[in-house]
Amino acid sequence: MITVSSLTKTYAGFTAVDDVSFTAQTGRVTGFLGPNGAGKSTTMRIMVGLTPASTGTALIDGRRFVDLPNPGAEVGVLLDASAQHAGRTGREILTIAQRTMGLPKSRVREMLDLVSLTDTEAERRVRNYSLGMRQRLGLATALLGDPHVLILDEPANGLDPAGIRWMRDLLRGYADQGGTVLLSSHLLHEIEVIADDLVVIGNGRIVAQGTKADLLATAGTVARAADAVALASAVERGGHTVTVHADNSIHTDATTDQVGQAALAAGVALTELRGADGAGLEDMFLELTADTQREGVAA
Amino acid sequence: MSTTMIDQGVTQDAAVPGGLVRAPRARTASSPIPLTRLVGVELRKMFDTRSGFWLMASIIIMSVLATAALIVFGSDADLTFDNFAAAIGAPMTVILPIIGILAVTSEWSQRSGLTTFTLVPHRGKVLGAKFIGALVVGIVAMFIALVVGTLGTIVGSAITGLDPVWNGSVDGFLSITLGSVLGMMFGFTLGVLIRNSAGAIVAYFVYSLVLPPLLGLLAMNQQWFADLQPWVDYSFAQTRLFEGNLTGEQWQQLATAGTIWFLVPLAIGLLLVRRAEVK
Repeated sequence: MITVSSLTKTYAGFTAVDDVSFTAQTGRVTGFLGPNGAGKSTTMRIMVGLTPASTGTALIDGRRFVDLPNPGAEVGVLLDASAQHAGRTGREILTIAQRTMGLPKSRVREMLDLVSLTDTEAERRVRNYSLGMRQRLGLATALLGDPHVLILDEPANGLDPAGIRWMRDLLRGYADQGGTVLLSSHLLHEIEVIADDLVVIGNGRIVAQGTKADLLATAGTVARAADAVALASAVERGGHTVTVHADNSIHTDATTDQVGQAALAAGVALTELRGADGAGLEDMFLELTADTQREGVAA
Repeated sequence: MSTTMIDQGVTQDAAVPGGLVRAPRARTASSPIPLTRLVGVELRKMFDTRSGFWLMASIIIMSVLATAALIVFGSDADLTFDNFAAAIGAPMTVILPIIGILAVTSEWSQRSGLTTFTLVPHRGKVLGAKFIGALVVGIVAMFIALVVGTLGTIVGSAITGLDPVWNGSVDGFLSITLGSVLGMMFGFTLGVLIRNSAGAIVAYFVYSLVLPPLLGLLAMNQQWFADLQPWVDYSFAQTRLFEGNLTGEQWQQLATAGTIWFLVPLAIGLLLVRRAEVK
């Protein structure tokens, strides 16, 4: 379990992480979302002691990362797959980590097999690796010590579709067996598929957190009728907020039941009625981080 | 008599999704990482890249080349042990500091520090291991130089037909070794302070090639500095180690200048590194 409490990091005149508190539960995958520069990576770096926090704490199972006697055997970390000595071979990078942690030599072989790096690839120098291969190597390094907590920053970056599916299954299985997974991504679909819990951060502050089910439930209902305006006013009469879109669909915070009832009462024939969670995460993400988006996207 | 096979403890590893990822344990009773293990890892990291390997190999290559050059170009009378030692010592004063610098700076320049300092979140300990590793390399390099110098003297005498001239001493060797290793450690200090390979190497050459003539000029023109120089000029104090045994006062001067140029900057560098972000 990872417990982050009131974490703040200020640089000269700039607050990168602002009073962030959340928990990544054991046995669950926690997705860490936010626009570019929102403070995701800084928060993760603070967790593993690479960046000192200005105030606040980040604890792994109740202990500070620096107090872990052999951190690699407890917490698997992948922050930047490209941050490796370009002149070392993939196998050598794993061997260094294996020796540092004091693991049996066979573990290197096992990890190479796990992340599907062939012997020829393992003997190549990392400067010749594609981003996807670097991610695989980074995951291999993170998993090497058989940790029970994983902290991964954008692990799906550069992976091909098969690789992304493979990683998703791996992390799912890992959490189901009692591991804790915290992963950041801007690939919302990935997060939506894999995460149990979500933490959304914008401009260094947490803008939403909770289970995926709860957060997406707030996304409301999408309905469509030939006369969208009539439908909208019917739903509005029930005291709900409604947005009418040009394609005759409406988006509302009412439940599907309430929309159906309102339509029946008003005699409007519905052509579509569904929960908005299909578009869910992206809409929610843009809405929650609207103030902090560079593009100023309207929610 | 029949034997009953009891299938016990078949591992579930292969069955679980993710194959070789074992079920994560609730809490690991992991033991702390000993310093000796880290020194081993850091030594390995000095050799395991092409550039690192050739830098290490250049210790031997340069020793042999310097020896060969002296045999080919030197006059018969020059083929004495201390001349071989001096010829081999010159490239060492360049190679060893670079090894000391790169041992530290590559973690930042190549960004491998992200992994290193996550696996061992105690930067002082990692740098300590690097320091010891560099020290081991420096001392071994000097023994390699000793062996090559000895062989050079023997080969030289075989070629000239003269008796080999063993005009070196144990004290002299130790003194030269200390001088070379101190140069290496100064490189290490610059690495800790600057944390950038190119910057630290440039700084080292400014220190070892540009600064001495300037300070020498100052000493020639300003009497007060001429008196002060041995106490505050580390390069000056260090160079005397290559020229023979130091007097008591010269040791004190080495210690004083070394505190100013080596110990204090190293302490400041270590403090900064502990607070710096690793990106």
